[in-house]
Amino acid sequence: MPRLNVRKTYKLYINGEFPRTESGRSYAVMSKGGELLANASRGSRKDLRNAVQAARKAQSGWGGKTAYNRGQILYRIAEVCEARAAELIDELRRAGSSAAEAKREVEQVVDRWVYYAGWSDKYPQVFSSVNPVAGPYYNFTIPEPTGVVGVVAPETPSLLGLVSRIAPAIVGGNVVVAITSESKPLPAITLAECFETSDVPPGVINLISGIKSELVPWLAAHMDVNAIDTTGVVADAIAKVQQTAAENVKRVVHFDGASIGWNDARLSQSPYAIFDFQELKTVWHPMGM
Amino acid sequence: MKAEEGSFFILHPSSFILSDIMSTTTIETRERLTPGAASSAISWDYAPSLEATDHFRLASRYNLFIGGKFVEPHSKKWFATINPATEATLAEIAEGDAHDVDRAVTEARRAYDKVWRKIAPSERAKYIFRIARLIQEKSRALAVVETMNGGKPIKESRDIDIPLAAAHFFYYAGWADKLEYAFPNRNVSPIGVAGQIIPWNFPLLMAAWKIAPALAAGNTVVLKPAETTPLTSLLLAEIMQEADLPPGVVNIVTGAGGTGAALVSHEGVDKIAFTGSTDVGKRIQRATAGTGKKLTLELGGKAPNIVFEDAPLDQAVEGIINGIYFNQGHVCCAGSRLYVQESVLEPIIRKLRDRIMTLRVGNPLDKNTDVGAINSRAQLEKIQELVDSGVEEGAEMFQSACSVPDKGFWFRPTFFTGVAASSRIAQEEIFGPVLSVLTFRTPEEAIEKANNTAYGLSAGIWTEKGSRILKMASKIRAGVIWANTYNKFDPTSPFGGFKESGFGREGGLHGLAPYVKVS
Repeated sequence: MPRLNVRKTYKLYINGEFPRTESGRSYAVMSKGGELLANASRGSRKDLRNAVQAARKAQSGWGGKTAYNRGQILYRIAEVCEARAAELIDELRRAGSSAAEAKREVEQVVDRWVYYAGWSDKYPQVFSSVNPVAGPYYNFTIPEPTGVVGVVAPETPSLLGLVSRIAPAIVGGNVVVAITSESKPLPAITLAECFETSDVPPGVINLISGIKSELVPWLAAHMDVNAIDTTGVVADAIAKVQQTAAENVKRVVHFDGASIGWNDARLSQSPYAIFDFQELKTVWHPMGM
Repeated sequence: MKAEEGSFFILHPSSFILSDIMSTTTIETRERLTPGAASSAISWDYAPSLEATDHFRLASRYNLFIGGKFVEPHSKKWFATINPATEATLAEIAEGDAHDVDRAVTEARRAYDKVWRKIAPSERAKYIFRIARLIQEKSRALAVVETMNGGKPIKESRDIDIPLAAAHFFYYAGWADKLEYAFPNRNVSPIGVAGQIIPWNFPLLMAAWKIAPALAAGNTVVLKPAETTPLTSLLLAEIMQEADLPPGVVNIVTGAGGTGAALVSHEGVDKIAFTGSTDVGKRIQRATAGTGKKLTLELGGKAPNIVFEDAPLDQAVEGIINGIYFNQGHVCCAGSRLYVQESVLEPIIRKLRDRIMTLRVGNPLDKNTDVGAINSRAQLEKIQELVDSGVEEGAEMFQSACSVPDKGFWFRPTFFTGVAASSRIAQEEIFGPVLSVLTFRTPEEAIEKANNTAYGLSAGIWTEKGSRILKMASKIRAGVIWANTYNKFDPTSPFGGFKESGFGREGGLHGLAPYVKVS
């Protein structure tokens, strides 16, 4: 009799751990052909709150690391993703991608991490300024991370879309709570295993799988979330998210992946994606003997 | 024209604090802790902590690195490279001549036209990231070789030179596919073949400063390491092979001044980057005049280190010590002219005298060593000659009483007081562990004296008053100003001089400019 394989349980990724949802709920993730792939965790409002709490705790440490250090950790994610490419490709194929599509998507995932790793110690050079004010003052403006960023990942590409939105947030010193693709959550959870082995500190990236219509309103309303990326929010719900975000003046960011696409690196990666999650601070200091 | 190796240079790093490196915890205890009869069971003698050298092997002979392969020199001549702390031969090094330079430039041109300029920038980046990672992986061997070949303390090569070299490649790797953000609204293209000549004071680090931005911008390189310190450049060549860098993208031609001169005058070279003495830099500027070659020069310095009366004096003294005795004073940005506000001259001199006695001078492979060997006999003679002139011109000399080994090249940490502004030790770059102490009364006087030199590489300012730091910084004509710190380097931070300290910047966004055409 052939050996029986051991199946993986797909759980959430919160604070560097893989807990089941506190709600105990799950939902069936199906293949293109209608077969059951796995029972993914159906994350709850409480899971989101736990994730935001973990993220907030991690922010000062992550934002306080040197840019060089953050860049090396992002580069390490690229190294680990490349080494585990076969596994990620396999996840995408089971989720419905062709072999060629899956391979291309994973290669782009790796390259996107390398691209943003390279920005870690450069975006401040591009976006800061020394301001020649009319007086005896030294005056400069520098970017700082906004804090906790909520990301709603697009349904597809489930892996590249997620990576393309969280990489620019975290390279800038922010921490992320992301809601994964609802229909294809499994590749994202496997990706979390790459984070976990790349020296990413606990709480810097948190992933919640589940039903978006259930989760997004709570993420948008959370008073300790500083910005929300609506890229993966269905079109007719975006206005509602924007309204809710006003409660604590969240920065609302959106990338129109559906029209722009994800495959052209020139269009789908940019330092302005980092800038979207930055605050600007201006400092005045007198000059004189 | 003779391009002998330069005296000046530089370095960078990131998160290293040099005052930590020159730690007071290494205070000499021999005199105070002589064992008495009662404690005869315990030896209080100093116990060296030697870095291991058994984890790597040097070849007995190194050839030129041209077109991705190690090839014999046209001259069929090799010269010995030594350990300046022992005078023992470490390996034989190929003596490249004009014929070899021509071969290297031809290979660099071929690699530029056929491969490197055509590779997607994001792929170029990945090669450079690989180089950074390989330097990190081999960091200890590189540090030990750097120390053995150059004489610098292992704690400096281990904690500063090598990590910074890796960091430099890491930083510029990221720029390769982002050049449009460094030069907005313009077409950015590489220049072509870059000829790069580096000095002996920070051998691998200088190679990284030169090669990393050149490759990131899409150029190919012919590098000429310093005659006395070629080994880590050749180990870097092995790393280039291991990284599968396309053959010819980086070529390394070893030799002396004549080899450098051949590189400068080669018609196939589009850009020259030189770090070294102002004297040689001027000759290179003349030699490239009218040739259309782009040029950057990182030359000498005679940096003022200015201490105001409100400065935290103990912190300032550590900064002064680090500023002048780091790397035996073989640093182009060394704080070699100390300007002390008159009211605090007495305590500063007293603290300096005490502090230089505690610097541990000796075997560079000892992890406790603060000041290692002078890089070469020629440099030692130059230092001695200038120090003699200081004594002759009437300055008062203080020297550490430390003992130094019998073999090798050594110079005790030294400073002069009562130095006349016009004296040679106040005007000329000594490039050794020798400090000239001068005084001032007002900030205006400090500015005037600080700027009273042909150089303009760097300066230090010590005061608790922020507004004064910024005002002083705006008035001092120098490319790098350190306030309440000294000798800090980082790949993201541009470095380079005003006036006769050269032109062009290395490091940071601005360090890309010398390697691109913007149209």
